[in-house]
Amino acid sequence: MSAHDSSTRHSLPGLAADAKIKLPRSAERTLASGLTVIAIRRPAVPLVELRLRVPFGRAPLPRATLLSQALFTGTGDMSSVEIAAELQAVGGGLSAGLDPDRLLITGNALAAGLDRTLEILAQVLTDPAYPADEVGTERERLVDHIQVAQSQPGHLARTALLKRIYGRHPYAVQTPEPEQVRGVRPAQLRALHADRVRPDGAVLVLVGDINPEKAIDAADKALGSWTGPGKDGNVPPIPALETGPLLLVDRPGSVQSSLRIALPGVPRTDPDYAALLLANLVFGGYFSSRWVENIREDKGYTYGPASSIEHFVAGSSLVAAVEVATEVTGPSLLETVYELGRIASLPPGEDELEQARRYALGTLRLGMSTQAGLAGLASMYASFGLRLDYLVQHSAALAAATREQVAEVASRHLAPARAVTVVLGDADRVEGQLAALTTVERGA
Amino acid sequence: MKIPATKYPVERLTLDNGLRVVLSPDRSAPVVGVAVVYDVGIRSEPEGRTGFAHLFEHLMFQGSGNIDKLEHARHVQGAGGSFNGSTHLDYTDYYEVLPAGGLERALFLEADRMRGPRLTEENLRNQVDVVKEEIRVNVLNRPYGGFPWLKLPPVMFSTFPNEHDGYGSFADLESATLADAEEFFERYYACGNAVLSVAGDFDLAKATELVKKHFGDVPARPAPERPDFDEPDLTAERREDYTDRLAPLPAVASGWRVPDPIGDFAGYLPYVVLAEVLTDGDASRLVDRLVQRDRTVTSIGGYLGFMGDEYAVRNPTALLLQAHLPPGGDTEKVLRTVDEELERLAADGLRPGELARTQARIATHHLREVDGVLGRAQPMAVLEQQRGRPELINEVPKLIGEVTEEQVVAAAATLRPERRATIEVKPGAGA
Repeated sequence: MSAHDSSTRHSLPGLAADAKIKLPRSAERTLASGLTVIAIRRPAVPLVELRLRVPFGRAPLPRATLLSQALFTGTGDMSSVEIAAELQAVGGGLSAGLDPDRLLITGNALAAGLDRTLEILAQVLTDPAYPADEVGTERERLVDHIQVAQSQPGHLARTALLKRIYGRHPYAVQTPEPEQVRGVRPAQLRALHADRVRPDGAVLVLVGDINPEKAIDAADKALGSWTGPGKDGNVPPIPALETGPLLLVDRPGSVQSSLRIALPGVPRTDPDYAALLLANLVFGGYFSSRWVENIREDKGYTYGPASSIEHFVAGSSLVAAVEVATEVTGPSLLETVYELGRIASLPPGEDELEQARRYALGTLRLGMSTQAGLAGLASMYASFGLRLDYLVQHSAALAAATREQVAEVASRHLAPARAVTVVLGDADRVEGQLAALTTVERGA
Repeated sequence: MKIPATKYPVERLTLDNGLRVVLSPDRSAPVVGVAVVYDVGIRSEPEGRTGFAHLFEHLMFQGSGNIDKLEHARHVQGAGGSFNGSTHLDYTDYYEVLPAGGLERALFLEADRMRGPRLTEENLRNQVDVVKEEIRVNVLNRPYGGFPWLKLPPVMFSTFPNEHDGYGSFADLESATLADAEEFFERYYACGNAVLSVAGDFDLAKATELVKKHFGDVPARPAPERPDFDEPDLTAERREDYTDRLAPLPAVASGWRVPDPIGDFAGYLPYVVLAEVLTDGDASRLVDRLVQRDRTVTSIGGYLGFMGDEYAVRNPTALLLQAHLPPGGDTEKVLRTVDEELERLAADGLRPGELARTQARIATHHLREVDGVLGRAQPMAVLEQQRGRPELINEVPKLIGEVTEEQVVAAAATLRPERRATIEVKPGAGA
């Protein structure tokens, strides 16, 4: 005991009741072009956040990845430097990224700079140049970036897991190989842009110190010339997980092993979703979970395990991820399988379920407490056809989920018998440890 | 474009035991952020105990007088909140963000460990293991681990407080004892050496009462004397390199000493602007030149403070530039080009609009940060601790907006090669 353990006894204060979730003022309109604009008012700071998601499923990966990297390299009237300088002048910035379903443009600016930011965005969308020189620069940067990513254990473990769980499905590969990127030409980017960077089915979200109706008017005015039919980018549903031997990927000399476990998930709209979310929290989804308390706070095998449900348009998965010291790779798997088996076989305690429930409900409030948080949530939900009022429905579902429902869902979704496991590490040092517990297959 | 300001209220008080408190109510979202900052960091670690400030931070989560191990996390998360702590060069912070109804609970938890953590041999050994895994994840098992925040200080500085590895050596961590921890707490975790800050959705009078209720009986202990960690500036260039066996590509980072961030804030701010003029976005000087035109780097960044904490660091500190190079890249050439661009800036000044647009973008970055309750509670606590000026949180965009072209140009002129410390990463992957 500490020498400073005061004689004063204090008891834990209770929690004041939280007010009901209050959604911010918002407006929505689908423009003639098929672009949906959602504008949300949170005037706390004089900024505006912008998110634009354009359907991009099944786009050829090397071209789509380079397009996202080269989107702001120039327009008919502006160079990349001019685009950046014009945006900066209103405190603004725009960038682009890609996931297997969408092209995502992210940005922000001083609220008074909204109109100007939208004008520049419109030029990038409707009059892209993809100048050969700048595309060449971005191509080489992307190649270098991929090469660095391929030296990171987290990236390598994820790449191996995606391949293992998605097989021949388009989600199986989410990062192109450097040599594929080297072959992409500017003309191919122009063609892909003309084909896929279209407003039909896209959603623009604006959040901040704005008048929602006026912000939508501004978007309508600025982006009115962005037109054209969308393309069917629908990805087929993800395949069911196929269990099999543990896949061991060699990373010689690695001082840690990256353990990844995939389990079947459900989408946000599934009636089981709230119960699965709670079961996952109790298992390993937050610090006060069984998995973290066991392998970090009791055993000291790791700095931070984390388990979460990942959503793509074509399906959802539950992924548990942890980096552990090489010498305790086997014991870490043992404890992980034990904790999965426990949540799948026995109902959670009342107290631990209530704790997880409060955490889940609180996290929703924290997530919507900033402009950037609201923009991220609204944009993400919109790409699954949901709106911010989902927060209210989801809160109600979290509040209502019973211990029996959580146990029942856990028995189907967190059962170790259904897990697909990948370990990246120093194979010669960890294979024996793992083979003592399960069948191991070495992979590339 | 006119640079806007925020008007978050800032209330300060000092309890009878010497604890300083900053309260900033804002009811725009039903959440609160609570931060407690202790005036001790990496620079105060004793020799032979590298990494101890951070290890001790971990021990502060292992239970206290009325709280068992694991309970801190459970009580915060069970209130719907999140928590963490972080160890910096000059301070260590602990924080919670929760739905507004959890405020009193967070105050209770912080007060309980301010009275004293529950230090046991078992918890110490457990957290030494956890910290070693943290170091493996962040430094040893990944490319560019600790670059440049752990790698550049030993090149730039010559005294233990400034140059040593703040994550610590495994040998030092393993030899840490309970007696070390008791002594560290006794010396540095005095309530006179701490600041409590609360931002977000609360009633000022009610929160003041809760703060007094929970912290009022924390025993009064004065702050220890804080040493001056200053060192003479470099008079000749220093350059070192190392091979990173996991890194596929070269990288380089340079640092130059800057004016005292506290003692000469007006002299320091132009460097904050300069870092952004040089590296913020495609229209910045060095991105335009090195990334776009010369293609000699794939990315370049610039910032103040080794941990990027420009308004939360004391003297001595630095302006840093860090760049990643393409395969076979020539770091010497990159450094020469940086010098050339700095000389150009010093000789020719800024272009029309360049200063204003950079200032506008800095304002946006700042305003985004302070939109979150923790983005206010944490910096306000540190600003109170280091400057007695938590209200600076509202003033930063205006002060940045008042920096003149002459000041930025003069700052650029000081970044001379002979005042530069450089660390170079040689790629060892596949070798």
